[in-house]
Amino acid sequence: MKGLPPVLITAFVLVAGFALCAVQFPNIASTRVVGNLLTDNAFLGIVATGMTFVIISGGIDLSVGSVIGFTTVFVALAIERWGVPPLLAFVAILALSAAFGAAMGAIIHVFDLPPFIVTLAGMFLARGASFLLSTESVPITAPVYSTVSDFALRMPGGGRLTAIAIIMLVIVIGGVLLLRLTRFGANVYALGGGRSTASLMGVAVGKMTVKIYMLSSLLAGIAGIVFSFYTSAGYSLSAVGVELDSIAAVVIGGTLLTGGQGSVIGTFLGVLIQGMIQTYINFDGTLSSWWTKIATGVLLFAFIALQQGLVALARRPVTKRAGATT
Amino acid sequence: MENGLDPAPPLLEVRGISKSFGAVRALQAVDFTLRAGEIHALLGENGAGKSTLIKVVTGVFPRDAGIVRLGGEEVAPRSAKAALQAGIATVYQEVNLLPNLSVAQNLFLDRQPMRFGIVREGEMRRRAKALLADFGLDIDVAAPLGNYSVAIQHVTAIARAVDLSARVLILDEPTASLDRHEVEILFGIMRQLAKRGIGIVFVSHFLDQVYEISDRITVLRNGRLVGERETASLPRLELIRMMLGRELAETTSARASEGEHKAREICASFENYGKAGYVAPFNLELRHGEVVALAGLLGSGRTETARLVFGAERADRGQATVEGAPVRLHSPRDGVRHGFGYCPEERKTDGIVAELSVRENIVLALQAKRGLHRPLSRREQDEIAKRYVKMLDIRPPDPERSVGLLSGGNQQKVLLARWLATSPRLLVLDEPTRGIDVGAHAEIIRLIRELCDDGLALLVISSELDEIVTYSDRVVVLRDRVHVEELAGEAIDVGNILAAIAADSVTVALEAHT
Repeated sequence: MKGLPPVLITAFVLVAGFALCAVQFPNIASTRVVGNLLTDNAFLGIVATGMTFVIISGGIDLSVGSVIGFTTVFVALAIERWGVPPLLAFVAILALSAAFGAAMGAIIHVFDLPPFIVTLAGMFLARGASFLLSTESVPITAPVYSTVSDFALRMPGGGRLTAIAIIMLVIVIGGVLLLRLTRFGANVYALGGGRSTASLMGVAVGKMTVKIYMLSSLLAGIAGIVFSFYTSAGYSLSAVGVELDSIAAVVIGGTLLTGGQGSVIGTFLGVLIQGMIQTYINFDGTLSSWWTKIATGVLLFAFIALQQGLVALARRPVTKRAGATT
Repeated sequence: MENGLDPAPPLLEVRGISKSFGAVRALQAVDFTLRAGEIHALLGENGAGKSTLIKVVTGVFPRDAGIVRLGGEEVAPRSAKAALQAGIATVYQEVNLLPNLSVAQNLFLDRQPMRFGIVREGEMRRRAKALLADFGLDIDVAAPLGNYSVAIQHVTAIARAVDLSARVLILDEPTASLDRHEVEILFGIMRQLAKRGIGIVFVSHFLDQVYEISDRITVLRNGRLVGERETASLPRLELIRMMLGRELAETTSARASEGEHKAREICASFENYGKAGYVAPFNLELRHGEVVALAGLLGSGRTETARLVFGAERADRGQATVEGAPVRLHSPRDGVRHGFGYCPEERKTDGIVAELSVRENIVLALQAKRGLHRPLSRREQDEIAKRYVKMLDIRPPDPERSVGLLSGGNQQKVLLARWLATSPRLLVLDEPTRGIDVGAHAEIIRLIRELCDDGLALLVISSELDEIVTYSDRVVVLRDRVHVEELAGEAIDVGNILAAIAADSVTVALEAHT
């Protein structure tokens, strides 16, 4: 389970890329820029953590972007129009999104449907529902929002570690621990290794499927709240395509799209790589921001090719390898 | 009934188990008894019902009739998981573990040692190490299972099963992908477990290994129990006779009259033909109007030979000749082009297309041979289908019926018709009478003879020795993927074939030919 080689490559790409950027724009190597990078990608880091669990278990969740969009609209309307206390609105939307994920997981398991189709339906459903609530951007003016936005830990060098960046880091660390140290985490890998085999070995496959999609949607809900802090508004068109960004982060982070192998740390590095490319483009000033997508695309190809290479290597006939660890 | 000498109930008692799949009776009132601490070989040719018996006992398939008692108490597991909990564990040839997880996780999945909701990784590894040490393995348990050889994966699967307090351990072809040294290790472990009082069911088609390890042997044939013997008092020849049986003696007329043995033209010949690790090089001549049978035990290389002949597998040495001209047979397409036909053993998966009608199944190969741009008109299709339905007496005589609804014998006839429609010069039939009832059986044999009289060359694989004796002009006997003997004319009888199969030493191949 030490999926280290791909993660190491991801880490290398991040460090090398960062060094290149710093050579061209020395200002990039500051806590200020790093702090902003974490803040700007906080929501992505959170959904991508959930996506890691889903993909390692052999599934996929296309609904997360729409769940983020729905969450921002729901929270904005609840606070601004319906007069619900913010905390209560958060609890309500998290319960709702968790239930949404659980329902998708249950459908996938009970009807034995491909996760791609079920979560695609979930994606349309959640996006449509957010339009139903409001087609316009709803600004949020509640005092909590300005308090949270203003809160930040000062880092040496003048950087600000904002509240939403902290939330993201906590969730990433929590994700690492959950995947690495618990029985739940081991079962996620087991499902990715083979559903029927895992079931024969005593894993409650149905329950696990429900829990995994519930976790993904719950984290998408949290990402939605974080996104509403980030933009101080709720908009039904927000976070379109984020499901694909997060899948890209997961794959660049060394997780096998077919499941069974991967890590949350790798995903986190994948998110940082995407953020770094965005930062470079901002610094350059002349490049279109779509270059982020192009660079991400190139990286994705490179990583998928790399994984296929590693898989092909692993499939070569094994002779005596008793005691070998590497 | 139970004799007075053995007062304690046997560990596992299977009584009167029956199981049918549709019209096919896979098991008929089979008994099986496993005593504590014994290694019991379960033997039989393909389709004898070994796998079905295992799957019925472990709850993978529901059973139609019969009871299973474990330690005197009746059990009826509904799933493999339930069987495991009851104490019956199965380790299949394809190891059912997760290659992406560590060895330790595989051993303790879903029952890891925990503290405060956290898996105690160190403790788990320590226990895994200790558990495997019992089996003589000292490996890094933190490494992914997939990094290790199949032998180690097998031992890990056994260790997991035993640690789950299994009392009955079923090993289904555990040695098929192991080398000699690994087999020794596995046998050492099996003996050790038997000493601990665990009952082991050993399914294998390697008779040498069966004689080496087992205390007792139960033989199944065509879904019925042939008998249970002690290994020490069962000669090998007798065992093979039990496996290949002799029931069908009275069904068909004698071989084609000897007078017809004219100088037959050679249809196809194979010189020094073979593939490394698949079948040892062989010489084979197939003549028009002649039936050549391949005899041997399961895994002896019969089907492999047939696949090489047809081109389904590519030979890496030797020369094939068709009607005197050298040819290349690199794919089934090549085979079809040279006028070969092949009816595989697995009718359901490799042969018929169950959803399509009889007509569509029959014209399939002919259409493929003509190419897609020259479609057969519906009228031509109807004519061909009608002709073969009549000629082979396919019932019900309705060309538009889905093939899946036909009985096994009629499905076999449809398959025959498919190849006959391409007017082949050589037809390869792999177990043409497997899984069909006795009446249809005789009819297929009659058909084989008739086709042959029409000038077709036939290569037939069968486990039914009496059947082979009935229709063959020549019999090639295989053992351990080597053509060891060729019998012709008067020399063809069950005794000679059995003797050739059972011969102990590895004889030099093909003395008869070169």
